[in-house]
Amino acid sequence: MVDFWQIIQNAAIEIVSPTTAAYALAALGLAIHFGYTGLLNFGQAGFMAIGAYGYAISTLTLGFPVWASVLVGLGGSVVFALLLGIPTLRLRADYLAIVTIAASEILRLVFTTNSLDAVTGSADGLSGYKNGFADLNPIPTGTYGFGPFTMNEYDLWLRIVGWGLVIILGLLAWQLMRSPWGRVIKGIREDEDAVRALGKNVYFYKMQSLILGGLFGTLGGMIFVLPRAVVPANYATTLTFFIYTILLLGGAATILGPIVGSIVFWVLLSAVSGFVARAQAVGWFPGMSSVQAGQTRFIIVGVVLMLLVIFRPQGIFGNKKELSFVK
Amino acid sequence: MEVTGLVSTRVQRLLVIVFVGLLASLAFVGGATAAHADEVGTEYDFSLQGFVRNDGEPIQDVLISVSGNGYTAEVVTDADGKWLIGVPDKGTYSITLDESTLPTGIIVTDAANPDVSNTVELTIDATNSKTYNFFLGAGVRETTSFLDQLIQRAVTGLGFGLMLALAAIGLSLIFGTTGLSNFAHAEMVTFGALAALTLAVDLALPLGIALVGALVLSGAFGWGLDAALWKPLRRKGVGLIPMMIVSIGLSLALRYLYQYFYGGSTRQLPGADGLDLKFGPISLSPLDMLSMAISIVVLLGVAFFLLRTRIGKATRAVSDNPSLASASGIDVDRVIRIVWVIGGALAGLSGILYAFYRPGVSWDMGFQILLLIFAAVTLGGLGTAFGALVGSLIVGLFIEVSTLWIPSDMKYVGALVILILVLLVRPQGILGRKERIG
Repeated sequence: MVDFWQIIQNAAIEIVSPTTAAYALAALGLAIHFGYTGLLNFGQAGFMAIGAYGYAISTLTLGFPVWASVLVGLGGSVVFALLLGIPTLRLRADYLAIVTIAASEILRLVFTTNSLDAVTGSADGLSGYKNGFADLNPIPTGTYGFGPFTMNEYDLWLRIVGWGLVIILGLLAWQLMRSPWGRVIKGIREDEDAVRALGKNVYFYKMQSLILGGLFGTLGGMIFVLPRAVVPANYATTLTFFIYTILLLGGAATILGPIVGSIVFWVLLSAVSGFVARAQAVGWFPGMSSVQAGQTRFIIVGVVLMLLVIFRPQGIFGNKKELSFVK
Repeated sequence: MEVTGLVSTRVQRLLVIVFVGLLASLAFVGGATAAHADEVGTEYDFSLQGFVRNDGEPIQDVLISVSGNGYTAEVVTDADGKWLIGVPDKGTYSITLDESTLPTGIIVTDAANPDVSNTVELTIDATNSKTYNFFLGAGVRETTSFLDQLIQRAVTGLGFGLMLALAAIGLSLIFGTTGLSNFAHAEMVTFGALAALTLAVDLALPLGIALVGALVLSGAFGWGLDAALWKPLRRKGVGLIPMMIVSIGLSLALRYLYQYFYGGSTRQLPGADGLDLKFGPISLSPLDMLSMAISIVVLLGVAFFLLRTRIGKATRAVSDNPSLASASGIDVDRVIRIVWVIGGALAGLSGILYAFYRPGVSWDMGFQILLLIFAAVTLGGLGTAFGALVGSLIVGLFIEVSTLWIPSDMKYVGALVILILVLLVRPQGILGRKERIG
């Protein structure tokens, strides 16, 4: 018999998991890029990789403390955004898409190559950079929570920091989008030429948006690697596509959308793959192997992404009028 | 198979020599103390080992290095010429003997196998250790001259570029006529190779029939995608960016559907082996030459179609201005349907040729070159068919030639950097027109 209670419990864990928070941060960054400014950034995986590697390399190779490692990651992210933006922000939207996707693949290949093994750990990646973060933990050793949410002090600390960041940055983005700056950004999305006619420097506003959203992605990348190791294969373009799915699920031009989208995405993904794996084990799907059961989740994500864009492009929270820019 | 036989008799002979040598050395030391081999990484469960001897004479202090799976180690041989390197995991490692540490006039060589190199690939799978003895002999290492290497790389790159061009032209035609940046094009490339695999291996049809069948299926696949998905979306008035995201979802779903049905392994098409032929500095297999010839003929055919036939001219007219084309009596939907069929067949052909080039068929092979196809199309000029050809040749040549200077696992980096640099100075691409960048 399929253990539905276990499936529900496993899915519930995803509601507060640090991975969900990391994806929410990255999707929030993408909401600033794509939802509010209309920038087609396909390199969010690259921004996340810079956060992960910037933090891990400064801690392991350079021996930096936590705050300096975070700053190195954020600095790297600003440089990356400038490198991407300077050649492409004056061009049509699809050029930014091609350049960002290419740049994030360049980063992944550079992090994977054997010739930089001493610094990046090549295909095996990096681990052992968590001590500094764990030492900052003010929570005493023990077991916390209830039911499926039972965790030790490190996991609790990680969740507090991860979701704290989501809340703070979510509020920041909300205030920014209500500010005059946000109105210019949304104006650029609707009609670039009209904003230019008002005397605004569209190029600089786009650049600021690219940097800001990239920083969100970089912080997401740091949270993403704190419960696991840094592995270059995680930063393939598929990661960017998952974040787009989350963003479109919640609503592209909203603040709550990417956050709730990330929770819904991970809960559904866990529930569906948990159900398929267990149902396959008790023989509900004849002709499906356990390996095949594990792959169905990606097929489902792909189909859901297509259906979302075709039938509900505004997502859960979005307003269809705000998507008129997507031509 | 003959080659393997020769090698194994060689190995046997060498083992005899080694054995006799061991007995002799034991006789000299009197069997009291067996000299310790120089060993590193003995804390690991798996190991690579061997002897370095020339005519039974052990050679000391030869530098052997191992790299692979993110692990590297070095060791020098002991008085018996023995070395051992422990490795952390099963897998494939490359072992290099540093020839500069051999006595003068001795190199890694083998009369029976002139291609033997001082670097070999060893795979640890079933057993915990693997032994390899380098064949040594008198001689001087002849290094291939830089120019010869450059010519060889350029020819290989040209072949790769022609293969990319087949896929890139399809992508460019689809972009030109519909405005869609089709991320699922990679899966159309994979589809051709998988169809060929199914027909030629699983259904055991003759190779020629299987390949033609795979091309027909690829064309039908392109038609099916247009009829079932893209045409209804165009009717619905879905914008270009949402369509592009739909193609990303389609790419994800198709790719994992392939993995679902074909598994994660790499399988070979029949006829993938063949001996290389030498033309001066260039060595090519008959298959490489056939592949290049097919690409060139097909590309010429596409050029003839676009420049000389009615439908081809209509296609270019739709690329230029769909409304104007429609107003002058061209059936735009029919042209787009034909473009999808041609694009599907070209992508399928490119997938089959890529399966021979890599070699092997796997579920994500198209996705591995998707960005290169995009780079080629953008480099040449979005939406221009001949630009895609030029861009593909540049990308192919650049990837292969750049391996003369940069490590081969970074060769795609060079092509992508070139893409970004070209966009900096000439955003419309090499053959693109300025108005297209808007």
